[in-house]
Amino acid sequence: MATATATISANKASLLSSTTVIARRTFLKFIRTPQLVVVGTVQGAMFLLIFRYVFGGAITAGGVSYVNFLVPGFITTGIIWQGMMSAAGIAEDHDQGFFDRLRSLPIPRAAVLTGRALADTGTQIWGLTIMTLIGFAVGFRLGGSVPAAIFAFALIIVFSFAFEWVFITLGLYAGNAQAAQGMSLMLIPFTFVSSAFVPVQSMPGPLRAVAAHQPVTYMIDAVRTLVLGTNGGVSLGHTASYFVVRALLWSAALVAVFGTIAVNRYRKG
Amino acid sequence: MTATIEASGVVKRFGKTVALNGLDLVAEHGEILAVLGPNGAGKTTFVRSVATLIRPDEGTLHVFGHDVLRDPGIVRQTIGLAGQFAAIEPAMSGRENLEMVARLFGQSRRSARASTAKVLEQMGLTEAADRLARTYSGGMRRKLDLGASLVGSPKLLLLDEPTTGLDPRSRIELWDAIRSLVDEGTDVLLTTQYLDEADRLASRMVVIDHGKTIATGTPAELKQSAGRSVIEVLVRERDDLAEVAKVLSQVNGGQPQIDESTRRVWLSVEGGIELLGTALKHLETLDIALDDVALRQPKLDEVFLALTGQALEEEPEKARKGHGAA
Repeated sequence: MATATATISANKASLLSSTTVIARRTFLKFIRTPQLVVVGTVQGAMFLLIFRYVFGGAITAGGVSYVNFLVPGFITTGIIWQGMMSAAGIAEDHDQGFFDRLRSLPIPRAAVLTGRALADTGTQIWGLTIMTLIGFAVGFRLGGSVPAAIFAFALIIVFSFAFEWVFITLGLYAGNAQAAQGMSLMLIPFTFVSSAFVPVQSMPGPLRAVAAHQPVTYMIDAVRTLVLGTNGGVSLGHTASYFVVRALLWSAALVAVFGTIAVNRYRKG
Repeated sequence: MTATIEASGVVKRFGKTVALNGLDLVAEHGEILAVLGPNGAGKTTFVRSVATLIRPDEGTLHVFGHDVLRDPGIVRQTIGLAGQFAAIEPAMSGRENLEMVARLFGQSRRSARASTAKVLEQMGLTEAADRLARTYSGGMRRKLDLGASLVGSPKLLLLDEPTTGLDPRSRIELWDAIRSLVDEGTDVLLTTQYLDEADRLASRMVVIDHGKTIATGTPAELKQSAGRSVIEVLVRERDDLAEVAKVLSQVNGGQPQIDESTRRVWLSVEGGIELLGTALKHLETLDIALDDVALRQPKLDEVFLALTGQALEEEPEKARKGHGAA
């Protein structure tokens, strides 16, 4: 075909447009697969209710009511539970030839994974919103200002994007969807050995040291101090900005390290 | 004119396994070149090397004169790949799938729509275009996948076992689609382990085994290399096969082949009708029930056996996964 020869130099998609196209596909897959939407949401709601009403009575959270303590932690760690689906999705694309097709196309290597990370982060906003609404329904109340709460919500989205790269990396190395899910389970301890469900002060020495300094705790406490405010009686020992800065540094580190590993791995096939 | 593909001494190792062991191959413009070989011969590794998905360890590999190692980006602009798995998104319609790939080829929204419509028509998928691909049959998915490899108007189409796992009707439809592409000026490299596929589709064939080219030529030329004709005897009772083979070996001193499952014994011969007469005389001395005796052209599987000493599977031993992709 004459056109093929003529347009050959123009046969190249930009980083922006190819990222958008890839993101759109991931997004469409999510909204058109009811299982993904419903199961994720129902699971999250179920666990929130269990923690709120089953464990809640037995846990004391210092100066705050347990529901106020729990909801920010639960919603923040939700990004890890939801991220497991990304790892499985990536492994599937890798395993079943979809990435081969994409890698044979004249598009920037980073576009495929970036598009995926953006779309998966976008779909997480849905779950995040639902959990927030359920949180309010079961008794959570803001202790800080509304703008601070909106900022907290935005931060969770940033953390979610950062953790996406961890899950993408796992998915690329896993080989298939089941292995990816299994490997992602290894991240679950980060949600429990953190300040999400109980105050870290209640943990024995070494565990407390880990819990207090791992990235998820900084992320949770950043959100918590923002939504509960200093008047909310939350006694974490630092101001919101202390946690926000550290949580954002951790996020940047996750993106830099796992983004590099993932893109390199993708490039090699 | 530069060759479409020019491979010389290509070596690819995976750990201790040598997948390509000095493969030489030239594909010319305007032809469908079939790479034929048994499982594990290196067919897929070669296609993946041409598609720039893996990097050969040694040798040179050029696509339209561009080195796949030095200029993979340019090579990617000239090729379309349809791998062994249908790499389509089931949660998107056929049209959306094709438009996605067209956009990734750098086409504007408008031209992506146009080329998608054309490819849908070409693949006979226009009616199903707006249904989600997850509702497609296996044959339709393969066609959509083939369409996705075409929508960027590649100059070279790479098809890795395009009809594996398809029912006979879908295979024939897909062959027609592939043939029509060549008429429009796209070069095609396809791998297959089906001899009839290579025979019907390819203008030239390269037979590879253990990562090396062992024969090359048109289907007719390759058939000639196995002797000019074949005497074939269909035996009624399986137990008599060995006896018939023994008798046939006296015709020209050659080694007859036995196929237990079809109860056939056949022998490659250089001569023609007079050797058939000799064979019949020998067979008459036996008290064995025969269903048919014939003199015919050799088939490609006999060529393959003659070349590699190994039978090529007519059907894959197990159904492959990958009719659907994520």
